[in-house]
Amino acid sequence: MKQVFTGPRSLKPAIFHYCPGCGHSIIHRLVAEVIDELDIQDRTIGVPPAGCAVLAYNYFDVDMGEAPHGRAVAVATGIKRVLPDRVVFTYQGDGDIAAIGTGGTVHAANRGEKLTVIFVNNGVYGMTGGQMAPTTLEGMVSTTTPGGRDLSRDGYPLDLTQMLAVAGGTVYLERVAVNSPKNIRRAKKAIRKAFQVQLDGLGFSLVEILSPCPTNWKMSPVDAWKWIDEHMTRVFPLGVIKDQTGYDDKPGDEK
Amino acid sequence: MAKGTIQIDREKCKGCHLCVAFCPRHCIVVSQGINDKGYFPAELKEPGEDGKGCTGCAVCALVCPDIAIEVYRE
Amino acid sequence: MRGSHVLGEAAVRAGCRYYFGYPITPQNEVPEYMSARLPEVGGVFVQAESELSSINMVIGAAMAGARVMTSSSSPGISLKQEGISYLAGQELPAVIANMIRGGPGLGNIAPAQSDYFQATRGGGHGDYRCIVLAPASCQELCDLTFLAFDLADKYRNPVMILGDGLMGQMMEPVEFPDFVDPQSLPKKDWILDGAKGRPSRIILSLLLDPKALEAHNYKLVRKYDAITRAEQRWEEHWCEDAEMLVVAYGTAARIVKGALKRVRAMGLKVGLFRPITLWPFPAAALKRQTRRIRHILVFEMSAGQLVEDVRLAVEGQAEVRLYGRPGGVIPTPAEVAHQISHYYYSAHLPRDEAAAGKGGA
Repeated sequence: MKQVFTGPRSLKPAIFHYCPGCGHSIIHRLVAEVIDELDIQDRTIGVPPAGCAVLAYNYFDVDMGEAPHGRAVAVATGIKRVLPDRVVFTYQGDGDIAAIGTGGTVHAANRGEKLTVIFVNNGVYGMTGGQMAPTTLEGMVSTTTPGGRDLSRDGYPLDLTQMLAVAGGTVYLERVAVNSPKNIRRAKKAIRKAFQVQLDGLGFSLVEILSPCPTNWKMSPVDAWKWIDEHMTRVFPLGVIKDQTGYDDKPGDEK
Repeated sequence: MAKGTIQIDREKCKGCHLCVAFCPRHCIVVSQGINDKGYFPAELKEPGEDGKGCTGCAVCALVCPDIAIEVYRE
Repeated sequence: MRGSHVLGEAAVRAGCRYYFGYPITPQNEVPEYMSARLPEVGGVFVQAESELSSINMVIGAAMAGARVMTSSSSPGISLKQEGISYLAGQELPAVIANMIRGGPGLGNIAPAQSDYFQATRGGGHGDYRCIVLAPASCQELCDLTFLAFDLADKYRNPVMILGDGLMGQMMEPVEFPDFVDPQSLPKKDWILDGAKGRPSRIILSLLLDPKALEAHNYKLVRKYDAITRAEQRWEEHWCEDAEMLVVAYGTAARIVKGALKRVRAMGLKVGLFRPITLWPFPAAALKRQTRRIRHILVFEMSAGQLVEDVRLAVEGQAEVRLYGRPGGVIPTPAEVAHQISHYYYSAHLPRDEAAAGKGGA
């Protein structure tokens, strides 16, 4: 028999510290597979900031530079401006990019920094134990919204990716999810396209990935996948949000 | 029907059971024993409930967060 | 040439090709200068949306191995403190210039020295130090900028140039050393530039394992000890026969030099001890002065920060008085001369009658 599936080269053999069923693990694999397929492992630099995925540098077998919480896009800007021919990506959680990092992200996008941002949206601050995040849904319980997120007190779930669409420098923005085989394939295609945008030097690309957090959602991984479909995609609909790439790929053609 | 098989790394598996839920042939089950970390890992059951075995479609590997499954096909 | 332009030109000649900044008076001329100058030498200028973002761009550029600089003024430097702590923790070389203005809060845009503690003790979290250089002239600003980049690379540590609003605006003739070609700088084998033909690298400061962080901190302590042993710099002016010493740095030291002319003419034997490196503080050299001199007046344009380092250095071997003028007004040489003479007479120190008779130099 022929082996038809194995782990990507661009991942170190280390075992993920992520919880059972965590979306980070899947997304790490997808990003690493894309790096393999584009054959850019030896010129890619990743920037993980504080968050569950800060330990991404233990997993991605590429140069990794840790950024302070909320500053990944600024650090990545510094790297990319010095090394324009390298592939620079950030790997950020929702709190990092859409709360403390909002300013930096909006302006990097507006400057059209030729970066690729992997934005993992799991609706909570995972590493710190499940507090409300900018993307926590109305009524969703978290350790800082014990009675469920109250819009009058906590404000609304923030759709940063939509906001970025109006920034002149953004070329490709898509929201995907890793909560079903079909969506996982779709997510990989979007990640690959985002990296391609950077390789072609077109401008700022970002993929927002709805991701399960079974531990903090207090659900089984399987239920967490369903929950994304039944609740998250209502507030954060999947699909291409901005595509000025000019690539002639039809949406949905699974490569 | 192309025959295939999978190898699940018992120790790498964290018992999230996504593969069990999404295997089209339902030939992955939760094992009785726990692994070193105390998870109930998934394991291949030959032949599947409906008599047909694994086809090597790799859906299980696609959904597996921890790259614990190697997939083989004829 | 204007101070802010001197800083920019010296940085470029020292091999700096990347500058990330943000507007804030009184140092706007630095980003303005760099925005025009860097493209001329194939460099990159980015005006960030905040000082906070600009220091993090500096972190990125430093990770990529470049000589990189940012500049700001007091409130902006406060915003950069977390980033500076990361630069130190991740052992990244960078040059940060602070043209101090009156504080706290919005303060004013006049020169001051009230960020001394923030610079020398570190305004960020954790045990770290910045090498802090304090120029007192445009020429010295140029020379110390070259030095800053060399020290940053040599020790892989952030270096701060501490000027002030006056230093940034005043114009003085400057002789620039010749260009340093960035390509000629020694190769850095720890940078992130893509793992081509080598294992991948990680630059981080998160060390969750307690023993690992402790070991890292001790490594930094050894580095700071080495810097303290090797890099102290100061100037002694008119100290040979001095009965009394004034300690001051930067703009304050310039004012003191003016004051010394006045008091020397009155026969008062007073000298100036001017620290050039505020950290590492030239403690040993100052202490040596106390073998003969028992009276020290510290003059600083702040409410009393440098004075603490002076007291630490002399270890009680001399009386240390403070003439502190907090941010807002620039004291005049005459005012300082008055303070010096008042202290000199009250301490009953011997006058040099001859000098007094001739009316001074």
